[in-house]
Amino acid sequence: MNEIIKTENLRRTFQVGSEEVHALRGIWFAISRGEFVSIMGTSGSGKSTLLNILGCLDRPTAGEYYIDGISVSKRSKDELSEIRNRKIGFVFQSYNLLARTSALENVELPLLYNSSVSAKERRERAVRALEQVGLADRMQHFPNQLSGGQQQRVAIARALVNDPVILLADEATGNLDTRTSYEIMSLFQDLNEAGKTIAFVTHEQDIAAFTTRSILLRDGQITKDTCLKPQSAKVALEALTN
Amino acid sequence: MNIINLIKLAYRALIRNKTRAFLTALGIIIGISSVIAMVSLGQSSQRSINDQISSMGTNLITVMRSNQRSGGVNVGSANVQTLTEKDVDAITARAKYVSAASPFVQASGQLVNGANNAPGSIQGGNTQYLGIRKYEIAEGANFTDQDIRSAAKVCLVGKTVITNLFPNGEDPVGKIIRFNKIPIKIIGVLKSKGQNQMGMDQDDVVIMPYSTIQKRILAITYIHQIVVSATSETTANLATDEIESILRNTHKLKAGQEDDFQVRTQQEMLEMMNSVTGFLTALLAAIASISLIVGGIGIMNIMYVTVTERTKEIGLRMSIGARNRDIMWQFLCESIILSLIGGIFGILLGLLISYIASALLNWPFSISVPAVALSFVVCAATGIFFGWYPAKKAASLDPINALRYE
Repeated sequence: MNEIIKTENLRRTFQVGSEEVHALRGIWFAISRGEFVSIMGTSGSGKSTLLNILGCLDRPTAGEYYIDGISVSKRSKDELSEIRNRKIGFVFQSYNLLARTSALENVELPLLYNSSVSAKERRERAVRALEQVGLADRMQHFPNQLSGGQQQRVAIARALVNDPVILLADEATGNLDTRTSYEIMSLFQDLNEAGKTIAFVTHEQDIAAFTTRSILLRDGQITKDTCLKPQSAKVALEALTN
Repeated sequence: MNIINLIKLAYRALIRNKTRAFLTALGIIIGISSVIAMVSLGQSSQRSINDQISSMGTNLITVMRSNQRSGGVNVGSANVQTLTEKDVDAITARAKYVSAASPFVQASGQLVNGANNAPGSIQGGNTQYLGIRKYEIAEGANFTDQDIRSAAKVCLVGKTVITNLFPNGEDPVGKIIRFNKIPIKIIGVLKSKGQNQMGMDQDDVVIMPYSTIQKRILAITYIHQIVVSATSETTANLATDEIESILRNTHKLKAGQEDDFQVRTQQEMLEMMNSVTGFLTALLAAIASISLIVGGIGIMNIMYVTVTERTKEIGLRMSIGARNRDIMWQFLCESIILSLIGGIFGILLGLLISYIASALLNWPFSISVPAVALSFVVCAATGIFFGWYPAKKAASLDPINALRYE
């Protein structure tokens, strides 16, 4: 299965008062294993709605959505929870770490909802995920003792810990300064090179430049889908320093 | 999520807000402790009453004169003179379930020994009287049938009377005291029995042959009551029936005519007292449980606040794979633990209160295991009942909105 994500004529309609708002008007696309896709669009373009559906937080009004070959459209709430738990890693703009909870415990959180993972394995996997994002020396720190960039790294480790088929990042650099943004993008690039499939929602052109493919949404439809020769975030970082 | 993780999670959430958790639990502590204290004090008082009634003998039966009507006018029982020693003889001779019967007459007046005096009540009976009323002789001897026949001026006295009349501690046996100017010789001292269930001092007593009181003090030929001892507790009711038919016979009452006497068993007394104290206990417990409900509402209130405060956390947990029931259990667990902690401290506090109160009131202290067990169940139920809606609210949040909640 090379297509991690596949949508067929995805539609989402919201009922606002007596008016129907069409957030998505038929989305056809697929993401293959190993791709680093940026989803761009102005606010109101439907990119949040698309991300919610891709993240199995919401169900489409019509159309089909497959993640890792599994059809999602007709699943129950509990089944969607399980898909989120096993297949998806979320990274949010505002990190969403639990306060007064150590980095390690924050990272362990998704595995708590997976009864097939023992306490010992949970701890080991969380440690490995934190090492992967370069926070091996910050495991016992609370979020308020970490910088914004470090907090986002903890959040990325949390998204990685369940070994998801895809990482979904929602404006993951939106709260960070340019330098830290580039550092985070560099981390995403490393993860992508290691084989992770990543979908990255952003509205910043320079961030999208670090990805291998860019999808542009406008008024609930894909208007542009281009493959890119990605810029290296490390090079951009060095340029910033000089 | 397994139960251990749920408990850890709840524990941590509560520790994070120690003061708030404590104040919320305080409502439950007060509620449970007052229920426990009330029930346990009620039972203590009931037990103390039972003990005392039993110490008087639960096979005790009393025959009293009943109210009489004269031409439709209730003339009360004071002037009724229908009970006589012949009734006692008939009961002793004919009743199968009676082990002993004694006439009972009483008089009151001033007891005098030289310069010391005290108001006293004198009870008269036959030689069986001590056994029926469960009195025992500490020193000296009971009066005899000969004393009864001759209306001898002898008496047995209780500890309180001795303290009042012989303050210097001399041996009272053989001494002469005066009752309404009549000299009476003390021939024995009774063992102490303490107070009875009405709070009356059972040691403030002088016991004499009933004939002496009849002839030398009151100048009457009838007797006030008959006290009877049934062969056992279980035969008390049978003995009551026998006594009724014997007395109807000796009093020559025709069928349809009202009894001119009434027969009371100690058992009835016990039941009456129990129903009174039982009602009081239930009433107090009901009032106390109102505070438990208020405490439960406190939990509900705080859980609502907690859910609102942690909306974002709920959204995050859902997005990383928590099912609705995981979220539900997380909050339910928190409220159950909160109320159980309140319950444990409430039970301890309640027992402490009832222990101190029992000690002050001189009641036997009793831990009511069912009340404690019930309180624990009530606590858990309070946690579930009042935690349910907030937890349900948390579980039904939409993850997308919850994540965006500020």
